[in-house]
This record gives sequence, structure tokens and C-alpha cells, in this order.
Amino acid sequence: MDAIIIILQAGVASGTVLLFATIGELFTERSGVLNLGVEGMMLIGAMSAFSVAIATGNPWLGVLVAMLVAGLLSQIHAFITITLQADQVVSGLALTFLGTGISLVLGEGLSSAGTVSLLPKFTIPLLSLIPWIGPVFFSDHSVLVYVGYLLIPLTWFYIYKTRPGMHLRAVGEYPAAADALGINVFRLRYFYVFVGGLLAGLGGATISLAVAPGWFSELTTAGQGWIAVGLVIFAQWDPIRAAVGSYTFGALRRLILDIQGPTMLLGFANPFYYNPYWGFFLQMLPYAFTIIVLVIGSREAIRKRLGAPAALGTPYIRGERGL
Amino acid sequence: MADITSPPPRARRSIIPYRIRLEPRLSEPPRWYPFAVSLGAILVALFFGGIVILLAGGDPWRSYVHIAKASFGDLGVFSDTIVKATPLILVGLACSVAFRMRLWNIGAEGQFFLGAFGASAVILIPILPPTAPGWLFFLTTMIAGSLAGALWAFVPGYLKAKLNVNEIITTLMMNYIALSLINYFIFAVWTEGGFQMSPMFPKNAWLPRLTDFGSQVPALRGLTTHAGLIVGLVMSVVVWLIIYRSRWGYEIRLIGDNPRAARYAGINITRNTVLVMMLSGALAGLAGVSEITGVVHRLQSAISPGYGFTGIIIAWLAKLNPFAVIVVSILFGALILAGREIQPSGVPKMIQGIILVSLIASDFLLRYRIRIERIPEEA
Repeated sequence: MDAIIIILQAGVASGTVLLFATIGELFTERSGVLNLGVEGMMLIGAMSAFSVAIATGNPWLGVLVAMLVAGLLSQIHAFITITLQADQVVSGLALTFLGTGISLVLGEGLSSAGTVSLLPKFTIPLLSLIPWIGPVFFSDHSVLVYVGYLLIPLTWFYIYKTRPGMHLRAVGEYPAAADALGINVFRLRYFYVFVGGLLAGLGGATISLAVAPGWFSELTTAGQGWIAVGLVIFAQWDPIRAAVGSYTFGALRRLILDIQGPTMLLGFANPFYYNPYWGFFLQMLPYAFTIIVLVIGSREAIRKRLGAPAALGTPYIRGERGL
Repeated sequence: MADITSPPPRARRSIIPYRIRLEPRLSEPPRWYPFAVSLGAILVALFFGGIVILLAGGDPWRSYVHIAKASFGDLGVFSDTIVKATPLILVGLACSVAFRMRLWNIGAEGQFFLGAFGASAVILIPILPPTAPGWLFFLTTMIAGSLAGALWAFVPGYLKAKLNVNEIITTLMMNYIALSLINYFIFAVWTEGGFQMSPMFPKNAWLPRLTDFGSQVPALRGLTTHAGLIVGLVMSVVVWLIIYRSRWGYEIRLIGDNPRAARYAGINITRNTVLVMMLSGALAGLAGVSEITGVVHRLQSAISPGYGFTGIIIAWLAKLNPFAVIVVSILFGALILAGREIQPSGVPKMIQGIILVSLIASDFLLRYRIRIERIPEEA
């Protein structure tokens, strides 16, 4: 039992990375802009967080810089797709290449630069006493994990219950109508692309300063940015489902790492311990699961007639016939 | 008399009495224009890349001169550039075919690995004995590799066609799965003495290289360009014929330009989605075969410095034109070849990213005309 709790506890921490990136992309896509640059923004966030924390000794400053740098990078995508009306798919890919490249260049030598002071960890007094839930969700977590908990209901409330949230949805569903009502479509889209960048940067910082401290070049994120893009589709652009998906994937990632350790598993000889090469098949699981989860999401979308924000992926051009 | 039909010009007076106005292009720009814009985009990219190199403590001018010298300096290095360009031509074609239908195959990297895997299977299982003639090896490895790539691409193609599952994510996820699969085989099945690589392929399975003819023609001695280049050039012609001279290609282009019109014209989009994805995967698979039988001669995980991703940029830079893909591939081959020695080591990847960003931004110039005009004096 203890082992399961330990894995789940670590899974929540690792899911927080995905949570930030997924919620960020959810905001961006809700405004009608598809940003496939999440991986690049996370990577540049992880790199800047780690290097600033090393240089200044202050992890908080690292988090701040990571968010700003990733947010800045996202504005390239915003400019290209919103102002220059270019293809959002290619621009997003370009952003991932760019973010990866810059991170590799500026992160040169960072992996051996030493250790940093990490963000503080703490246990929440009363909540941690609840059986099962307490030790998994409220014990010995980085402060960012708790920030993640707060982000979920706040995002839900913001998107569905506030006026700016309604404007956000309007801009993503029917920009021409939103424009006619006096909502500045262009400014809002720039803003939510920026929000997506901030949160992707926060996700990156969560990796390098809390969950898996350090800088391991491209392996720092290892495709988590892409998994986040997939999770947004699985979540059907809903923050609660996004959170469920993120934590599930986080737990899966931890399980894969931890299952190869013990010699015995549920009373049997652990096949993953005695066949270490099976680990390569375990490594495929998060990516295979992303595909499965997308299939589930797509089937559901067809059945329930749900779907992406109607204007997702199309530039808004004033005066042109809209949707 | 005040003009009441149009709103008054903005009252804000700027210091510069000029303003930038954008007009949508109504007619096609001249033929040279897109190429000039692409060239300009590359120059802008090199400029910004230089700034980042400077920030990272390098010398941009020396880096660029080094790239040029180390890739075009003499016949020997130019031959090496061609070697790097060979797989790029094939993955560039793979991406061009898919993108032409607006099908986002980001999985050329994984399909490349599967191609290498298919070829290795023929040689290492072994399906053919090591003494089999070279032409038989050539045929079977090419067929096995392209089939493996096509099957790998079939999965996302089928999911896209039947269930409308986003192919960008699925093709990308398949890349990671492919890499793990290859790793399993080189660690556990085909390992050579515990090292993370398969045994060396028998000589008969190697693609012929220019240097193999060195005994007859001394000038060719030491040149590593291999027969994969011919495969790449032939496939460029084949892809051109398919896209521009066949009924299938017409369907692909129509679906890409206007899927709704294509559907009304009775074109089977579902079937074409699967088939084009498989064609794309087969081309990327061929790149893997060519690289592994022409250069590496064994299966290992470090056979690609991201060729599959570079293919995306190449396709875009070549405006999806199969012949332009060849030229662009040589440029990127040079970048990859010379980039291996440049410090910091991420420079080639970064320059590729910056090129793609400025390229996609420059597309704007193809759709709009920028006019700088004098703001009229207000009366």
C-alpha cells in the first residue's frame, strides 16, 4: 500500500508539469489560436528557470524569468498567426524548433553546472491527515503543486462564470460576432497566447526546479509539451477534464519509472526487474496512451457533437466573411 | 466641403509623414518573387541566428564562414554534404506529399527509423544470406524499409481518416514509440557484444559508394556519396509525376486546396488520407534505408540528427515542389554537416528553427503588398 501511495504522490507532482502546460494551451485554444509550440516554450522555460536559479541562487526568480521568457517566445507565434495571419500549424512547429534550438544553445554546459536550491516543499497541516488523499495530495509537495490545485477551479470559474471568460469563448467560437460587440479580437488573442506561454514556461520551471531538477537538454521535457496538446483535445477544452488527464498521465510516468525497481511485484517475481529491456516497452506507454486517449476523445466528440472552439486554427481577418 | 461618406482620416499626426498600408494581392506575383522572399527570409534568419550566437558567447561570422567552408570547401566535403542531403531529400519529399493534402505528418522521424528497422530486419534476421548479390539486397531492403515506414504511417492515417483523430499528435507520438522500439532491438535482440548497436552489415548489403570505384577512377577515391542519392533523385521525379501529372495527384491537390469542393466532386477523402499518409511514410522509410545501408551500415539509435524534423522545414522552404526539395536539402545538408563541429552544439537546430519562423512570417509578403505612402497634408 505504501508503495502505491508513494508512486501516486510522485505522480501528482509530475502531473503538475502537464497541468500547467495543458491549462495554458487550453486558454490559447479557447481564444481560437492553436499553438503547437508548447514543447519549445516548456523547454525554454525549464532552461531559463534552471540557469537563473543557478546564477542568482533564487529559485523564485527562476520561475518568474521562465514564465516571462516563454511568454515572450509565445508572442512570436501570436505575431505570425494573428497579425500576419500565417498557418498556425507550421508556425507552432517553427516555435517548437526555435524554442528547442535556443534552449540547447543557451543551455550549453548547464547540465553540469551544479545543483540549485529548489522551490520549498511543505505539508498542509490538517488535510494531510485524510487517509489516502492526504498523503497523496497534501504531503511533502512542492509549492507549485499547490498552485496547480488552485489553478484548476480558478480556470473553470474564469472561463465559464466571468465576463472576460465569456469574451474569451466568444473570440474562439465566433470572432466576427465578438468583434461586432466591440471586443478587441486581436488584443484578446495576443493576450491568451501570452497566457499559454506563461503557463508553459511555468510547467518547464516545474520540471527543472521541482519535479526532476536539472537540465538534460531535450530530454528535460521528452515530449511532454506534445502530450499536453493531446490532453487539451482529450479534455474537450474543459479545465476539469484537463486536470484529470494531467494527473493520470503524471501517475503513469511515475509508475513506469518505479515499477522496474522492486524485485517482487504483488507477491510475484517482478518481470520488469528481471527483464530490464522490457523497460523500452514501458517507455512507449505514455505516448501510446496519448494516442488511445485521443481516440477516446475523438469518438466522444463525434457522439456528443462536442468539439473544438469553432474558430480554432483560423486567423480572424476583419471584413472577410467569417464562419 | 467635408466628405461625409467616409470616416475622417485618423487625426493622430506622427513625426514621420509616411504610413505603411497593406493591400491584399489580387493577382499572382511573378514567378521569381516567392523565391526572392524565401531567400530574404533565410538572410534575416541568419542575422537573428548570429545575434543568439553572439549572446551565447560565440562569433557569428566565424561560425557561418566555418559552415560554408566545411561543407562546400572542396570536393571531399561537398561529397559529405551530398551524403547528408540524401536522406533529407527523401524526408523532404515525404513531408511535401503529405503537406500538399494539408495532412500534417510530423512523424517522418519515426518512419525514418522504421525504414532503417525494416532494412535491418532483412539483413539481421537474416532473411537474405550475407552472400546474396548486392542488387537483391538493394531491392529487398528498399521494399522492406518503405513497407515498414508506410505501415507506421498507416496507424495515424487510419485514425485520422476514420475517427478524425488529430494526426499531428499521433504521428509525433509514434516517433517516440519508434525510438523505444529501435532501442529495444539494439539492446536486447541484435546487440553486438552488449553494445547499443547491431553487428556490422555484410558488405553485399552496402549501397555502392563513389569511393568503391576509386580503383578505376582515382578522382573518386575517398568520396562517400552513395547510391541513395540516385534513389532520392528518382523519387523526386516520381513524386513530381504523381503530384502534377496524375489523376491521384490532382485529387491530392484538390483536397489540399479545398476539401469541400473535393468532396462534392466525389473524391474519396478517407481513402486518400490513408494512402497519402502511407506514401509519405514509405518515402521517409526509404530515407532510413538509404542512410543505414549507405552510411551507417549497422542499426543504432544515433542514425538521425533529427532528419525527420528538418524534412518539415525543407518541404516548407521548397514550397512543396519536389525539385526545389533537392536544392534546399543540399543547403540543409551543409548546415547539418558543418554544424557537428560548431560550439555551442545546438546552433544548427536553432538556425533551422529561426529559418522556419522567418519563412512562415515571410509568407505574408506573398499575400499582401506593402505600400509606404505619404500621409496627405490635412487641409
